[in-house]
Amino acid sequence: MKIFGIIGRYFLLMRRVFTRPQKGFVFRKRLFDEFQYLGVESLGIVAFISIFMGAVVAIQTAYNIANPLVSLSLIGFTTRQSIILEFSPTMISLILAGKVGSRIASEIGTMRVTEQIDALEIMGVNSANFLILPKVVASLLINPILIIISMWLGLVGGWAAIMVTGLCTSTDFVTGLRDTFEEFSIFYALIKTVIFAFIISTISSFHGYETEGGALEVGQASTKAVVVSSILIILFNLILTQLLLT
Amino acid sequence: MIEAKKINKYFGGFQALKEVSCHFEKGKTNLIIGRSGSGKTVLMKCLIGLYEVDSGEILYDGRNFSTMILNERKAIRQEIGMLFQGAALFDFLNVEENVMFPLTMFTKQSLKEKLERVNFVLNRVDLKGSNKLKISELSGGMRKRVAIARAIAMNPRYLFCDEPNSGLDPQTSGVIDHLIKEITEEYNITTIVNTHDMNSVLSIGDTVAFIYNGQLWWSGSNKEILNTTNKELNDFVFGTELTVRLKQYFQQKEQ
Ligand SMILES: Nc1ncnc2c1ncn2[C@@H]1O[C@H](COP(=O)(O)OP(=O)(O)OP(=O)(O)O)[C@@H](O)[C@H]1O
Ligand SMILES: [Mg+2]
Repeated sequence: MKIFGIIGRYFLLMRRVFTRPQKGFVFRKRLFDEFQYLGVESLGIVAFISIFMGAVVAIQTAYNIANPLVSLSLIGFTTRQSIILEFSPTMISLILAGKVGSRIASEIGTMRVTEQIDALEIMGVNSANFLILPKVVASLLINPILIIISMWLGLVGGWAAIMVTGLCTSTDFVTGLRDTFEEFSIFYALIKTVIFAFIISTISSFHGYETEGGALEVGQASTKAVVVSSILIILFNLILTQLLLT
Repeated sequence: MIEAKKINKYFGGFQALKEVSCHFEKGKTNLIIGRSGSGKTVLMKCLIGLYEVDSGEILYDGRNFSTMILNERKAIRQEIGMLFQGAALFDFLNVEENVMFPLTMFTKQSLKEKLERVNFVLNRVDLKGSNKLKISELSGGMRKRVAIARAIAMNPRYLFCDEPNSGLDPQTSGVIDHLIKEITEEYNITTIVNTHDMNSVLSIGDTVAFIYNGQLWWSGSNKEILNTTNKELNDFVFGTELTVRLKQYFQQKEQ
């Protein structure tokens, strides 16, 4: 029963979030700040994880198809498919749920318990719109870019691992990368990314906004934000895969 | 003038305010006093509409706040300045941007006009030249003063202060109290201050409303408060060792 109340409050909050900002230039300024906090500052961890995971995927694939009958270009092909279809959109979104989600929830939660949100409301500012909308819009725009960078670096990481270990030749690997490439797979990955970005930013904002109490509760809210958005990402990943790939 | 008429407020089964009726006068520092947990903050939050009352009326210079729709309330809110218990400054903005914030959101003034106003109010609270400081670099007293500056930036008709001197030393408290009183008289504001500090009561309380267990238990001026025969108020007023001893001392002297 409690879950229905939570879902109801979530949608009520969203109704206040998705309204026209009171001052356009204030919104744009906040949006650019969020690009910085949510995007640029996540670049390092995304790059690091992508390169290493790309390398591991390539090496794993190479060892698992050590069969003289199959072409070595299959290594490149499989690496590409895993990275573009699952690893980059889903794994990196989960990482971002941890990094960005906890940041959003603790930032908004702190503003709630220090009465900054009340201060906005007293002035007559729609605090939900003012605080949350820039974060959601920034996430929707910046996460796809992060994911594309991640795909690219993942492939580079895979190629580099193959070069270092000499499991197949560069030509074989690159031939595999190019083999029967469908643009739809990128499109599919980006749709997932955008939906995950929406989940991360709105769920985390919701938990931050609903915080009551003090510093301890802010910590709890940020944990809850990460857990709930991760679970939803996993669930929606299954649903979207089923919907989009059949 | 702000009037509250028979307001009731429940949290679940718990009644935080019981039939509270009181009024707060223009150009005066109106105090709400009471022990911790008596309902001061709830009363203040009901008056400004952060909490909805369950019954009763709230009037702002005759305008019925309780029955207003959201947009009408927003208009009144721009006439309200509020000083929160913990200052509630925006930590993503510096001092200048904090004070300028309401001007940016609600006026069409140019940057130059806004800066003029910001410097004027910062000067008024003795913080000239602190424009570029970050909020984390301010002391507690400075934060309160920046918050006062932000609250008066829009020339409010109504000023609400929730425990303006909690967490401050007695001298800094005095400075903040007097600043509030001066501003109130200078600009003819209806000011409401929540406090449990007897010092503030005696030095700035033009009118005093004593809240006890969610009820309005006593009201009057700070001149009358020392001679009151109301038991609960007496316990509150003479609640510290210092005041009790002073009272005994003067009683002995009189005999
Ligand atoms: N949001 C809320 N939900 C439930 N009960 C509340 C809520 N806010 C306040 N109360 C209760 O209402 C009563 C009055 O609280 P209030 O915050 O007004 O006290 P106060 O007089 O401001 O005290 P203090 O001097 O400590 O700030 C308390 O018993 C408190 O537990
Ligand atoms: Mg209080």
